[in-house]
Amino acid sequence: MIAFWALVRKDLRIFFGDPRAVIMAFAAPILIGSFFGYVFGSMGKPADRGKIKVLVVDPQPGKVTRQIMESLQKDPMLDVSASDLGDAQSQVKKGRVPVALLFPPGFSEAAAQALFGGSKKPEVTVLYDPSHKLEAGMVQGLLTGQVMQSVTRQAFSQQTTATGLSLPFEMKEKALAARVGVPYNSYAHSFGGMAIQFMLFMGIDVGLGMLLLRQRGLWRRFRAAPLSKGVLLGSRAFSAMLVGMLILAVVFAFARIVFGVKIEGSIIGFLGICAAFSLMTAAYGMLIAALGKTPEAARGLATLATLLMVMLSGAWVPSFIFPAWMQTLTKFIPPRWAMDGLDAMVWRGLGLQEALIPIGVLLLSTLVFGTIAVLRFRWDAE
Amino acid sequence: MLQATGLKKAYGNLQAVDGVTLEAGRGQVIGLLGPNGAGKTTTIGMLAGLIAPDSGEVKIGGERISGDTSPVKRRLGLVPQELALFDELSAMGNLELFGALYGVTSAKERDRVLDLVGLRDRARDKAGTFSGGMKRRLNLAAALLHDPDVLLLDEPTVGVDPQSRNAIFDNLETLKAMGKTLLYTTHYMEEAARLCDHISIMDHGKIIASDNLAGLLRHVPVSSFVVVELAEDGFAGLEALRSMVREASLNQRQLRMGLQRLDTLPDLLQWLNANGGTFSHVATERPTLETVFLQLTGRSLRDA
Repeated sequence: MIAFWALVRKDLRIFFGDPRAVIMAFAAPILIGSFFGYVFGSMGKPADRGKIKVLVVDPQPGKVTRQIMESLQKDPMLDVSASDLGDAQSQVKKGRVPVALLFPPGFSEAAAQALFGGSKKPEVTVLYDPSHKLEAGMVQGLLTGQVMQSVTRQAFSQQTTATGLSLPFEMKEKALAARVGVPYNSYAHSFGGMAIQFMLFMGIDVGLGMLLLRQRGLWRRFRAAPLSKGVLLGSRAFSAMLVGMLILAVVFAFARIVFGVKIEGSIIGFLGICAAFSLMTAAYGMLIAALGKTPEAARGLATLATLLMVMLSGAWVPSFIFPAWMQTLTKFIPPRWAMDGLDAMVWRGLGLQEALIPIGVLLLSTLVFGTIAVLRFRWDAE
Repeated sequence: MLQATGLKKAYGNLQAVDGVTLEAGRGQVIGLLGPNGAGKTTTIGMLAGLIAPDSGEVKIGGERISGDTSPVKRRLGLVPQELALFDELSAMGNLELFGALYGVTSAKERDRVLDLVGLRDRARDKAGTFSGGMKRRLNLAAALLHDPDVLLLDEPTVGVDPQSRNAIFDNLETLKAMGKTLLYTTHYMEEAARLCDHISIMDHGKIIASDNLAGLLRHVPVSSFVVVELAEDGFAGLEALRSMVREASLNQRQLRMGLQRLDTLPDLLQWLNANGGTFSHVATERPTLETVFLQLTGRSLRDA
């Protein structure tokens, strides 16, 4: 055991003695996680989100279109202003304004008549920037409501329904995640994702480091000592696991202190996933060392494989936005289980039982990677 | 102390080591001399238990190395050809690590080897800040912490300045005096000649000659070489000269002759003068291991 701990201590001393490695492992996931958390968080918070700019082209303003314009201007999600056709087309084309609405001349009267099916329906054109299709859809929905209200008010102005028709129900949204009353914190996902990404990068460094040991003759020196292969590989895996756990601990501690990310679910489940993924990362490093011939040759391929795994795991963007077939496919990628497991324990607030399958899959992956590594590792390579 | 019998190792179609047999007693230094690619490092690998031989066996003090954790490995110290050190750690940090691999945790042992290689005053400095020669000495120290009986040195002076090389030689002579058995691979014949009690010359995986220095030199059929600088180009008497000496060759104005007896030199020079071979300079050389290698393989050691 003296040798085992000496080898582990050596790995940790070298790791913490290298500022570049420490920055990459700890500061980079925090920085990038903060960025993604902010960006994705803004999407869910109306107060932080910029209003959607809308230009309205109304060549022959009538009572109805004026009412629609006023109502749209009062909507907190929209920034509405009047324009002419040429300007509206130019602004949308250049990407300065995402949506423009074009009312045809005589819209007010034609719409009121069309309400009862007596004449041809007037056509409102929605010009939109193709990169803002989502916003265009939102504006169309809001416009429909306002048109219905204003046109019916106009049509029935001689009767009692002076306020016009309106939707006969109210919509109430309720986010069902974590504990009741606890708002979703976008930093929970982004920090988990970035921790996973940079732990896998650390795994690459572990693998390349082992190839460098061979290149520098250190492996010969280690193997000349009366030590088992288990001690030699196990000590490296253990130190990698410790660093991996530390990355997760530091990243989530930062997220907790600065962004208020809490482990809403099972703490034991969270720790279990962290430990299982750290082990898997260590085994992944061993696999790189076993399959790579030289550090130079292994670096590019390992980086590509890691980036693909990170991308497909949902670490950058949540996996639920993937097409269905891709969501199924990514279940064969171990980091996906780490990501889902961390999401489940951190912001979904689920219990320990929801962590068991991700932990199981990660441990199984560790076993597979580790076995291949031990079988393929070139002990005699000169 | 060190016994290797009939070691063979092939990598695919390449027979890297082909029936190598070596033996060294306590306090003996044996040299393994050969060009790059001769199979020296593979042989060292098999002796150190790093590479399993296809056939043959290695015994240290009469015991075989059986598996990775064999206690016999404690009797061996390996100095790899590469600078197998962690540049990021101090000299002391490196020694702590390499000592711990053998269960040695005593600071006294670390001080002992640092004293031996003369690096005590640099113990706290990172290995990365050391010169090539200092790294070589630390490389040697790291193999001595567990006080091995047999030290396997794989080209331990590659890339070292003459001063550091001499320091390493002094260290090795001290170890020899302490009764350690040393196996020393090199492609520098002068190192082998200076250090080794017994030299095995290796080429293409085989030991092609094995003896002490005097015994190896007997492979060369001359006792001395004479190099004569001729005053003018061309020498018509070369064929006649060849019948008088063991060997003779002319390279531009440099005439090289191998003599069985050096006392024939005055007569030979007189004959040269009389036969158009006016000379401006004469030098004599003794045969070396390089000459032995050339004699045995037909190739120069450095060009092989």
